[in-house]
Amino acid sequence: MIEVENLTKFYGEIRGIEDVSFSIGKGEITGFLGPNGSGKTTTMRILTCFFPPTSGKARVAGYDVIKNPIEVRRRIGYMPETVPLYPDMKVTTYLTFVAEAKRMGKGERKKKIGEIMEQCGILKVSQRLVGNLSKGYRQRVGLAQALINDPEVLILDEPTIGLDPKQVVEIRQFIKNLAGERTIILSTHVLSEASMTCDRVIIIHEGKIAAVDTPENLTEKLQKTSKTLVQIEGIQQEIKDKLKTLQGVINVLEKGEVSPGVFSYEVEFDKEKEISGELSYMVYSNKWKLVEMRAMKLSLEKIFIELTKEERT
Amino acid sequence: MNFYPIFKKELRSYFTSLIAYVVLAVFLVLAGYYFYTDLALFVLWGGASVQEGLWQYLFHDIRLILLFTIPLLTMRLFSEEKKLGTIELLFTYPFRDIEILLGKYLACLTVFSIMLGFTVLYPILLAIVYQVELGPLIASYLGMFLLGAAFISCGIMVSSLTENQIVAALVTSGMILTFWFIDWNEAAVSPSVAVVLHHLSFFEHFYNFVRGVINTKDIIYFILFIFFFLFLTLRSLEARRWRGLR
Repeated sequence: MIEVENLTKFYGEIRGIEDVSFSIGKGEITGFLGPNGSGKTTTMRILTCFFPPTSGKARVAGYDVIKNPIEVRRRIGYMPETVPLYPDMKVTTYLTFVAEAKRMGKGERKKKIGEIMEQCGILKVSQRLVGNLSKGYRQRVGLAQALINDPEVLILDEPTIGLDPKQVVEIRQFIKNLAGERTIILSTHVLSEASMTCDRVIIIHEGKIAAVDTPENLTEKLQKTSKTLVQIEGIQQEIKDKLKTLQGVINVLEKGEVSPGVFSYEVEFDKEKEISGELSYMVYSNKWKLVEMRAMKLSLEKIFIELTKEERT
Repeated sequence: MNFYPIFKKELRSYFTSLIAYVVLAVFLVLAGYYFYTDLALFVLWGGASVQEGLWQYLFHDIRLILLFTIPLLTMRLFSEEKKLGTIELLFTYPFRDIEILLGKYLACLTVFSIMLGFTVLYPILLAIVYQVELGPLIASYLGMFLLGAAFISCGIMVSSLTENQIVAALVTSGMILTFWFIDWNEAAVSPSVAVVLHHLSFFEHFYNFVRGVINTKDIIYFILFIFFFLFLTLRSLEARRWRGLR
């Protein structure tokens, strides 16, 4: 449904995103997760054809965002971060305008607006001016305008920001209910939100993709395991097998030959266990030569700390 | 061309936000005052031909009112959307840039036409007591309409450059004034430049219309002027493709 290849966007000298590639299947809910200013909104603006990328390709609902922006726009629904709406319009008038803008037929328009207002829970404010609505209702009107043309792809930029906890739960549930028939991308800078609503998470950091995984896997990986990088001179396979037998080790990855006879390994282990002592003893007793051993601070881990900061405070 | 939804939205916005009413009211009070004093002048002084002179006076005066009322109509067209952030949504709806531009331009032109339409009352009133010749009047209204349309194209361009409505209005007024006065400094420039400036000036072309002369050259001047500024606006809207976030 959405394919993105090597997408890059520069604002003059400033990098928005660089070399971003991913693909999203039909019916998936995907979360863009990343600290503020990481490039989530930039990616979304390219997907919604607000502006074209500096280089790279993106296809949404089968159409190229550069060559066929109008066709793409007809098939998407977009809710920008601050939910910009016209304050001097009534809710119904506004939705009528959006329906016209999205080129819906006159007959279907009226029926659809009624349905959408009911679905989004804004029927009772339908005659009020948008400017007088509370934040929660504005958010719902924002969702309603995105949904009105039954879009195949729904793109929501920080849909729960600035809402009170009860509203947050409601909106999340609402989004989850929309999945299935629609492909949904939502951005957030809060990990727990992504894990609650999304099938899959794309972590963006400083304009680049840092990880793509299910929220469960991601959380587990980041919370429970650590990695150590060792460089040992010796027979590759033997070392690898023996390292695996260490208590607490989950996985050992070969990272290639650093210098003749010296191989590098990435040892993933349970955070609870401290393996460095046992590891160095193993090296000593097997008469291998240890060239380097250091704990790996994953860039992902740093991002993770930033992402969970907000939840803890 | 799918500009109708934008046209409708803008027109509605003019009348729900009261701008149209306020501008209309101020315009009509001033225009009415001018009509009254200009007419009084001709009646009291006599002699001069009402047919020729009155409309020249009146339309030159109305032109003055437009100088500051039209920027008030155009200032919000893009600036407001930029300020509110709604432009982001607008550009993700299935419109082409030119459709958005035309919708907004035509809506503003419609409000202006309504303004101008009310002034038709003056010649009608006069016609009750005095014989009014239709020809010069039609020429004058055509000139007035083209002049207003040109002002609006200039205003919409400026509005697409800033999110500050006051800046948009002020700069528009300034630009219109410049196109007006541009040939006033004949003494200060060489004769060859003076000719060019003369042709660029609003005043020169507008003057022919209110004298009752419909000249193809003048019509083309205004049409080119409008096209040029709408083209610039389109370019300015496209700037989001390569510039920063707004």
